[in-house]
Amino acid sequence: MKQENKKEHKFGMVIDLDKCTGCGSCMVSCMAENNVPFKEDESNKKDSITWMRVYKLTNGKDFPETEVVYMPRPCQHCSGKGGHGHSPCVSVCPATATDYGKDTGIVSQIYTRCFGCRYCMGACPYHARYFNWWDPKWPEGMENYLSPNVSPRMRGVVEKCSFCYHRYQLAREKAYLEEREEIEEMEYQTACTTACPAGAIVFGDLNNPEHEVTKIVKPDDHPDPRNPDVVGKSRNPKVFRLLERLGTNTKVYYLSEREWVRKAGDNYTEGEWETIKNHHGKTQISHG
Amino acid sequence: MDSALIPEGVKRTSFPKFFLGMAVVGAVVLWGLIAVVLIWWKGLNQTNMNDYYGFALWIWADLAVIAVGGGAFFTGLLKYIFKVDELKNIINFAVIIGVICYSSALFILAIDVGQPLRSWFIFWHANVHSMLTEVAFCLSCYFAVLVIEFIPNVLENRQLNKVSFFHHLAHNMHGVMAVFAATGAFLSFFHQGSLGGVAGVMYGRPFAFREGLLIWPWTFFLFTWSAAAFGPCFTLLVTKITEAVTGKKLVSDKTVHLLAKISGWMITTYIIAKIIDTIYWATVTVPASGFTFSHFFSNNAFYGYWILFAEIVLCGVVPGLLLIYKPTRENSNLRLLAIILGVIGVCLNRWVMVLQVMAVPVMSFDTWALYIPSWQEVATTILPVAYGIMFIALAYRYLPVFPQEKELNYPAQPVVEGE
Repeated sequence: MKQENKKEHKFGMVIDLDKCTGCGSCMVSCMAENNVPFKEDESNKKDSITWMRVYKLTNGKDFPETEVVYMPRPCQHCSGKGGHGHSPCVSVCPATATDYGKDTGIVSQIYTRCFGCRYCMGACPYHARYFNWWDPKWPEGMENYLSPNVSPRMRGVVEKCSFCYHRYQLAREKAYLEEREEIEEMEYQTACTTACPAGAIVFGDLNNPEHEVTKIVKPDDHPDPRNPDVVGKSRNPKVFRLLERLGTNTKVYYLSEREWVRKAGDNYTEGEWETIKNHHGKTQISHG
Repeated sequence: MDSALIPEGVKRTSFPKFFLGMAVVGAVVLWGLIAVVLIWWKGLNQTNMNDYYGFALWIWADLAVIAVGGGAFFTGLLKYIFKVDELKNIINFAVIIGVICYSSALFILAIDVGQPLRSWFIFWHANVHSMLTEVAFCLSCYFAVLVIEFIPNVLENRQLNKVSFFHHLAHNMHGVMAVFAATGAFLSFFHQGSLGGVAGVMYGRPFAFREGLLIWPWTFFLFTWSAAAFGPCFTLLVTKITEAVTGKKLVSDKTVHLLAKISGWMITTYIIAKIIDTIYWATVTVPASGFTFSHFFSNNAFYGYWILFAEIVLCGVVPGLLLIYKPTRENSNLRLLAIILGVIGVCLNRWVMVLQVMAVPVMSFDTWALYIPSWQEVATTILPVAYGIMFIALAYRYLPVFPQEKELNYPAQPVVEGE
């Protein structure tokens, strides 16, 4: 029996922003799970490593109409224009140190091959990639708590969220030992998903119609008729992706009942949003 | 002291004066080297780069020196392939400037990467889809070509040339130089272009992204074109500076006017293409991604419309027109103004295509990111300039770089019968 699943997966997640309280559990669990080092002073967020980062957004209105939303942002695991695997970062890496898994849809990072040119960071509009500006360090004794399943990264290389790929590997190994071809939905869940106390993050295989994430997102595998670079657009009018119009085709979706939150996911020229309302198939914007 | 090494028939400053000058510039080099050691020892935390500014001052310097070093390949192409023989009077110097620029570019890359010892991975694990891979291959190969082009000039040193083998080698290398010039032009087309492609393919960055032809974004062609256009400006500028420092006329006006004229037409045609590209980008590409043109030039403390005006009009249209119009081209002050503006213009273009790309917020809730380099970054960026000055000083002192130097400065005295 071959260890590899023959079926092609497309792992992704949907984050319910109306449930997210901004508690930061996802960030903490991610750092602990993935051996992410930290600095003594983490106040400069532009050079601290946060594979999962929670952004705070407001609707820009004064009290009492002020609304706040917290937006967790892991690596978006873009499948690139047309969904062919040419993610913004993967296509530019000169040393093939980052790759798109055709069997999983996960964008990987090979730390020992990365030589730290940082082109991938420049190409990523989500700031999901982080450079190790310093040698990785943990407070004394904390090294004992590092996960043996994830290799720590050395100074001078880029790292990022892997959708906890090691958990996928462990789930596959377990399935193999039990002589199963497939892994169950709950056997492979990312650390942030399991840590979220509000249950705001739903993770699974977007190719599997039985998975909860697919039921919520209802991805449309056909190219967007208005922009052929966009595939996997959600049929759920409450679901959106970050910077979808650029054609990055992320596999991290966001869900919100609030219109201003959905609007914040992308950029629109004046008056454009009114014709869009993020309602799939009913938009009228032009794409050059 | 070193008179035996100085080319015959020309005068050079005294050795102590030369040594003193080299020591002053050497101190700057030393300052840069201290910064290099710090960076290699302690890592890139010695810079002010961050996760928003992964590409910063060094990558700009890299792109800028390669752009201004473009005078080497373009002058070589004109001289050896298009047989513009007049340029033989400046080709040696253009090649020297090229060697300095490209060795500096490779040096900057060596300090810019996080794991310098793994730099060879770019060749070993090459990703053929990456513009940076193309840059690495063509840049390395072209530097080798430049060194080959420089070797005959070195072998013409007064003492080396006495060795029969070196004398004949230099002579024969000159004979086959057209092959290397053609190779250099071919390689330069691709690495200059792929440096433009580095920004142009980033479809996640609407400020940089350009549509294009097949796999090449328009920036690919614009970068090659601009290097060929502005590179000769830099060659002329450095020639002018060298003439000012040495107090001698080194290249005839005829040669200078010709190169300035070619540069002027290249700049003018380039800037027309650049204006068309900018209009198309602003009216088609940018709105398609949901942005407005003003988004890229407002709501921040530095990047305003002034930079666009400076790059395209002040340092593009103006030098182009000054150099194609004969009276202004042949006016030494206006020509100097034009070549200075041209060099600033191409450097501004590279700045915009590296640093402004990083600064512009893309996500609607993101903010502008501005950056000020650390002293280590500044020192290592000035280092190649000081190294270039030393290189030129040594080459000028010991090699016959300027074939017209004797006739322009030491006209033959008429021989009077009976004296």
